[in-house]
Amino acid sequence: QVSAALREGGVSPTELCQRCLSLIKSTKFLNAYITVAEETALKQAEESEKRYRSGQPLGVLDGIPVAVKDNFNTAGIETTCASNMLKGYISPYNATVVQKLLDQGAVLLGKTNLDEFAMGSGSTDGVFGPVRNPWSYSRQYKEKSVSKSHSEDEESNWVITGGSSGGSAAAVSSFTCFAALGSDTGGSTRNPAAHCGVVGLKPTYGLISRHGLIPLVNSMDVPGILTRCVDDAAVVLGLLAGHDPKDSTTIQDDFKPFELPNLPDVSKLSIGIPKEYHAPALSSEILALWSKAADLFKNAGAKVTEVSLPHTCYSIVCYHVLCTAEVASNMARFDGLEYGHRSDMNKSTESMYAATRREGFNDVVRGRILSGNYFLLKQNYENYFIKAQKVRRLIANDFLKVFRSGIDILLTPTTLSDPVPYREFIKEDNRTRSAQDDILTQAVNLAGLPAINVPAALSERGLPIGLQFIGRSFQEKQLLTVAKWFEKQVKFPIIQLEEVQRHVQDVFQHQKSASFS
Amino acid sequence: WVPVVGLEVHAQISSNSKLFSGSQVQFAAPPNSLVSFFDASLPGTLPVLNRRCVEAAVMTGLALNCSINKKSLFDRKHYFYADLPAGYQITQQRVPIAVNGTLSYSLYKDNKMSQMVTKTVRIKQIQLEQDSGKSLHDDTRSQTLVDLNRAGVGLMEVVMEPDMCCGEEAAAAVRELQLILQTLGSSQAVMAEGQLRVDANVSVHHRGEPYGVRTEVKNINSIRFLAKAVDYEIERQIEELENGGTILNETRAFDSKLGCTVPMRDKEGKQDYRFMPEPNLPPLILYDAKSLPANINHQQVVNIDWIHERLPDLPSVRRAKLVELYGILPEHSFTLVNEDGLTEFFENVVNQTQMKPKKVIGWILKDLLSYLKQHSLTVKESPVSSVLLADLLNLLEKKEISSTAAKQVLAELWKGEGKSPLEIVKEKKLELMQDQKELEQICQEVIDGQENEVMAIKAGNLKVLNKLIGLVQRKTQGRSNPVVVKQLLEKKLS
Repeated sequence: QVSAALREGGVSPTELCQRCLSLIKSTKFLNAYITVAEETALKQAEESEKRYRSGQPLGVLDGIPVAVKDNFNTAGIETTCASNMLKGYISPYNATVVQKLLDQGAVLLGKTNLDEFAMGSGSTDGVFGPVRNPWSYSRQYKEKSVSKSHSEDEESNWVITGGSSGGSAAAVSSFTCFAALGSDTGGSTRNPAAHCGVVGLKPTYGLISRHGLIPLVNSMDVPGILTRCVDDAAVVLGLLAGHDPKDSTTIQDDFKPFELPNLPDVSKLSIGIPKEYHAPALSSEILALWSKAADLFKNAGAKVTEVSLPHTCYSIVCYHVLCTAEVASNMARFDGLEYGHRSDMNKSTESMYAATRREGFNDVVRGRILSGNYFLLKQNYENYFIKAQKVRRLIANDFLKVFRSGIDILLTPTTLSDPVPYREFIKEDNRTRSAQDDILTQAVNLAGLPAINVPAALSERGLPIGLQFIGRSFQEKQLLTVAKWFEKQVKFPIIQLEEVQRHVQDVFQHQKSASFS
Repeated sequence: WVPVVGLEVHAQISSNSKLFSGSQVQFAAPPNSLVSFFDASLPGTLPVLNRRCVEAAVMTGLALNCSINKKSLFDRKHYFYADLPAGYQITQQRVPIAVNGTLSYSLYKDNKMSQMVTKTVRIKQIQLEQDSGKSLHDDTRSQTLVDLNRAGVGLMEVVMEPDMCCGEEAAAAVRELQLILQTLGSSQAVMAEGQLRVDANVSVHHRGEPYGVRTEVKNINSIRFLAKAVDYEIERQIEELENGGTILNETRAFDSKLGCTVPMRDKEGKQDYRFMPEPNLPPLILYDAKSLPANINHQQVVNIDWIHERLPDLPSVRRAKLVELYGILPEHSFTLVNEDGLTEFFENVVNQTQMKPKKVIGWILKDLLSYLKQHSLTVKESPVSSVLLADLLNLLEKKEISSTAAKQVLAELWKGEGKSPLEIVKEKKLELMQDQKELEQICQEVIDGQENEVMAIKAGNLKVLNKLIGLVQRKTQGRSNPVVVKQLLEKKLS
């Protein structure tokens, strides 16, 4: 819709950019952005305006403000991965997905906050501090919380965004941008999307280029797309997907961007409900919502069946072994020699390396490196790494079997509960939290399948809950069609944030979901 | 004692760009001028396989009679070192591109230049891997200087099984491998430029007993040093064991100045390289004519059969052809193929002269080559061109000069003063006497002056005739054809 507004001249790209920038400033307390690229964004907006004036916009995304998670390389703009290791690192090149966005005329507002090196499920463990969920400040949440005094609660009651792409989710959720890039290795796009009430799409592995995405687990990472509605996600996907010669793991086949039907029909679909996703820790609220959603589909004529993915219970351990092994390998390049933080210790190359890495990485990263190296030792390789690879194959096969038996889409919860307050979350360590929170999302990464979080309802506490749809490899069209149908059914409410309403009143008065397409 | 020698040869692939990135491959460029983002291990960069490197490895595998693995895999080998920016090297540890080949090489038996014996060494495998950068230790300033130009250049590691028994064999095997690589063009294999590096694995044991502990010898910069290093290490191990000592499984460096091997400081204990599959590179699939899918883009695939059809003649084939075509000995063909440009020179001379190749070869190998070696010149730098030599040999063949005279002319030609053989002959008056009568007269003079010798000859001692011939030569200042002189003398004395 805002794209239409741009085209029709209702609002100009520079105006739009400026509003977003000032909204970012007003919502600074969310800590969603690490770097705000004000100058370059305004320049990009000006260029876009010229194009609109001459009637030649580059496309739907021309002039649309976007944000990018700070583990994507952006030329000339600091890329930190929320780590001391890369503080001050100005990348000399753009990640392919960033380049594609810029080539379409998108306005890059800045880099969003995350867990250090994307390790975490809360966006709480980066060196720039935790990201606050915008819904913590929403009227919906405030109304439902038992308050002693207004200010005290805001300070101690704020809830997490989930992670690791919390900054991107918060940015989209708080209306400071219209789309954001995240990354998803074990659920890092879908989890914060659920907690922040936005759409979070994890595409099929190999569909979107990873060139320029600083890797966590090369065999599972994908760039993730966060938007306020499913149609927008489809548009961004269309612009980003396709073979990249710079990334040998992208598919060779041509990708054809698609448009979603306006009135999707789900009556011929077969929806699967995997029973193993009824995790013991699943909140009763979410369980009820999941059930309600299944009924929605049933009533619309879809076939809804319970299915089984028997190896789901092994996915955490499997993920842990493979993830830490790859992390140990991927982090080996951070030695302070060519770029990034370098310690002052200079007695010997080795001592410099050791000090640099100790100073540059937080506990979480160091812990994973140590674990990973352990699993890769010659004497352990067979028992851990190879075993985990085999289990991964079993988990992937679970999905294949289910899809082959006629199921089109799987419907599951995305998270175990609504977003928890920060002070609750930090009671457990990162590893424990990740193991708990990733359970509903990480098997999808092990299998390389596409999945999407769609905001479904508000919890009793007035906070977002989302549900997850999992599709067949490279069948994003079908996946997004189902997601769009569901989105239309549930009519998830717009966040009522003071700051937002102050800023965007005139532009978005009459709009329900403030999408850009 | 039975010495056992195996070799690991790293050959730099001759290609325009590196194995996984587009930066250039060039020797002696300014430091850090050929480094792409990927080579510097900038976060977020990914490897993209260079097709030319794959073809080079396939060619080499085929030339060494290997089975080419239609599916091979890439792995990461982890260790920390300043010249390894990513903290790991991408190599092929699990399934390399080629396995189970053979390399035949020849050496002179018992150091006689006349008898050659052929040996074979098994090739365990050939794998593609990245080269590392270079680090230079500046002890005076306590710093290490790192140049990443070489980081990421494609290497073929050729692993030779321990089928060799001494330095000479190792050297001959490497020399033959070098020739093969240069013929294929898959590597320029110049050891001095670091394009060919050899590590030797040496151990000794008593016949019938299990193999002894082996040491690895590195830092060998030439084929000559390879032979020296291997032989030294064998001797060292034998001496150590005979004195009741033990051999440590260690890495040693060859010190060319002292001619011995010394333990290397850096490599203490065994490294665990924590091998892991390289997740950013799918398995490398190669096709042959049978397995090639119909609708595939030919730019995207490597066809083993296509490469096989286009292999050039390997050195062994070239040698055989030379022997057959020119009737020279196998030993001769070795020398011809061994010296850069010598075969071409030889063939040029043969084509421009009526002299038989069997005779030409003598001039090439004895006169030309020894002169070049004495003055450390390559064939290309020879002051005597093939044209000049051909002219000279023609004069000889036409009997216008004697072979002694020809050698004198050649000596003049080496000066490179630009004179033609004919000019020199005229200048030095080296033409054979054409005047039969004058020659007869001189022969008669000699006969008259050597009564004793004449009597001896008439008595049956024909060897003495040579003395008379010699005297005639002297009188004619070498301008007489010894064959003709002999005939004349014989006629006169009969």
